[in-house]
Amino acid sequence: MRTAVRGRRAPSRPIRRGLAIIGFAIICSVRVGAAPFIPDRDEQVLEHIPTRLNATLLELRALRVRLAQQPSNLSLATQLARGYIEIGRAELDPRFFGYAQAALKPWWGLPSPPPEVLVLRAILKQHGHDFASALDDLEALLQQNPRHAQAWLTSAVILQVQGDHRQALAHCASLIYLPGSYFLGTACLGKSLSLSGQADKAYDLLRELLASKPDAPERERLWALTVLAEAAARLGWSKQAELYFQQALSLGLRDGYLLMAFADFLLDEDQPARVAKLLIKETRVDGLLLRLAIAEKRLGSSGDEHVASLKGRFAASRLRGDKVHLGDEARFTLHLLDDPPTALKLALANWEVQREPRDARIVLEAALAARDPAVAKPVLEMLNQSALEDVRLAALAARLKPVRQ
Amino acid sequence: MRRLLFLFLGLLSIPAFAHKPSDSYLKIALEGSTVQGQWDIALRDLDNALGLDANGDGAITWGELRRRHREIAAYAFSHLTITGKGETCAPRVREHLVDHHTDGAYAVLRFEALCPKPPERLGISYRLFFDLDPQHKGLLNLSHGGQTHSAIFSADQDTQVIEFLGVNRTKQFLAYGWEGTWHISIGYDHILFLLSLLLPAVLKREGNRWRALASFREASIDVLKIVTAFTVAHSITLSLAALEVIALPSRWVESAIAASVVLAALNNLYPLVFGRRWVVAFVFGLAHGLGFANVLTDLGLPKGSLLLSLVGFNLGVEVGQLVIVSVFLPFAYRLRDSWSYQGVILRFGSALIALLACVWLVERSLGLSFS
Repeated sequence: MRTAVRGRRAPSRPIRRGLAIIGFAIICSVRVGAAPFIPDRDEQVLEHIPTRLNATLLELRALRVRLAQQPSNLSLATQLARGYIEIGRAELDPRFFGYAQAALKPWWGLPSPPPEVLVLRAILKQHGHDFASALDDLEALLQQNPRHAQAWLTSAVILQVQGDHRQALAHCASLIYLPGSYFLGTACLGKSLSLSGQADKAYDLLRELLASKPDAPERERLWALTVLAEAAARLGWSKQAELYFQQALSLGLRDGYLLMAFADFLLDEDQPARVAKLLIKETRVDGLLLRLAIAEKRLGSSGDEHVASLKGRFAASRLRGDKVHLGDEARFTLHLLDDPPTALKLALANWEVQREPRDARIVLEAALAARDPAVAKPVLEMLNQSALEDVRLAALAARLKPVRQ
Repeated sequence: MRRLLFLFLGLLSIPAFAHKPSDSYLKIALEGSTVQGQWDIALRDLDNALGLDANGDGAITWGELRRRHREIAAYAFSHLTITGKGETCAPRVREHLVDHHTDGAYAVLRFEALCPKPPERLGISYRLFFDLDPQHKGLLNLSHGGQTHSAIFSADQDTQVIEFLGVNRTKQFLAYGWEGTWHISIGYDHILFLLSLLLPAVLKREGNRWRALASFREASIDVLKIVTAFTVAHSITLSLAALEVIALPSRWVESAIAASVVLAALNNLYPLVFGRRWVVAFVFGLAHGLGFANVLTDLGLPKGSLLLSLVGFNLGVEVGQLVIVSVFLPFAYRLRDSWSYQGVILRFGSALIALLACVWLVERSLGLSFS
């Protein structure tokens, strides 16, 4: 009564609401434990740059200076772009893809740039998940030069990510007959077969390929082993999957996708402790940090700091309008924030762009958790159509069906 | 070709996940003609542009950063232009700090920019790093007059023009109007004061007895006189207090308001003033206006649009008043002849109001709390 009598003493409801909103905004804008500060000592280290890059970065910086003097020098520009793309790949750092794009600036916006630029542009667009535009570039390239192995491979991989395995198979097959591309073409074929109802056949094909070409480049062997391990995992053959993941890891090359796929496998096998050990130093890479945080949650150890950090990164990515993270963000929202409805929305948005087994899975998991099986229907239909064999997806689909009736 | 394929393989294996890409965070607050800004720029990006790691040991230290502050400020502000009314607002860096974002350390530049005149719209042209990294983005957060805008700068859109006043003024006006209406609807003392004066408006006094008025018109005129007097009076004091011409301690004001309710209600039981109740409405209306002003002070009046907010608030109060009258009058007019109106509602109601207001009066004048 008293507070109602004097609006002046207690702020009225709209004002309280306003204050609450302002307060919330302040809390949101302040990151955990963060405020700008002035360091105490000159020696205080603020940021690390991987020293292994020092030489390369210096070299590229010199190249960039030369390019600045002659910006339309095509061979200089593509050399610089390729250098940055390589670092970006090794470090899983998208900044370098931006630097690569800058090097290609004079040609970037052209409808038909020279083939050397076209292929790099497609790779960079693929990396930014601009799949349609990347495929256009690659098609243009293949029309000019039907024997362009890189173009066949890149478009095959994009088609695989989009779930178009029939077309992907054709692209992989075209690759096999080009000189020097037999190994990659066959691995590519194996991947598409394993995702389109011929998993047994793909498994044998990949094993034979690895056995018959022991001298294939390590990078290529690593890819084939990863594809093989994932195929085995989908078939439910855990022992074999573990074996091939270990073989891939033992090559000693840094590969983010391999780490991610192996972590997912271990989480499915209910071995979070091994995930935590595997990824403990990978906190800078969002996708790996996500798996680490999930493992920590399952172990009951405190991963609050990692959860807060992921929250901030996803928020920043949304601010800048990126869609690259939707699948991971859906998984984060479902498993670490326990918000199934939001997770489902994100998972469905991601499904519009990417249709790999991983992307189907988060939709089904979120639909189950949100008790909204109807929205998973298109995903289930597509899984039926593609005849994808995946024991975990099949189990989820089976759990969704009785809910639907 | 082999080299290209090699390069490609890595790419196809990392479809979705990576580091956070390159962003800077530009926070700007405009007050009058001064822009207060904070600009967080990733050390990694500055290193790429300017080479911060002087000794090449892979670590950027505070010392290495500190020695380059002048250069960093010059570089950053040669890629940012803030304009108000077409004229440049010249920036000056006040402070260099450091902060950690989710993806590493950032140089924090706190700056101030003076515009020649208080701008109605701010043009911001942002070109930082676009030449080196077309995927870089600048995330802008701009606040002005309690409103915030956010926008993203990218290589494709490096200029943003943000207008405030047009939209804001209307919004502000409506917001204050709403506050006025809200305040009168929960301010029981104002309502009860008004009702005490209005209750007899459908009646007339004959000797010691109440009689129903014969026409609605007569009743309406009485109501109109009272409401107008009250409105004029509280508008005067509200304006004077809001413009800081007069200032009285709120305890006095609140006590006077309570007293006004007591007197108005008692006047219905022991009529002293009947025909000229509008005079009572006017005199005590002055006190109620000061009460409204206290609310407005608590809300905080924007310096730039004081008058606008004042008028908005006052009109909001009138709207609330109008609603009360339009509910009360038809209802009272219909019941005026009945025993229940004259006996129960007028007498008993007035007694109750007087009693309640007495409690307020004691509470407010002595600073106690009974309820």
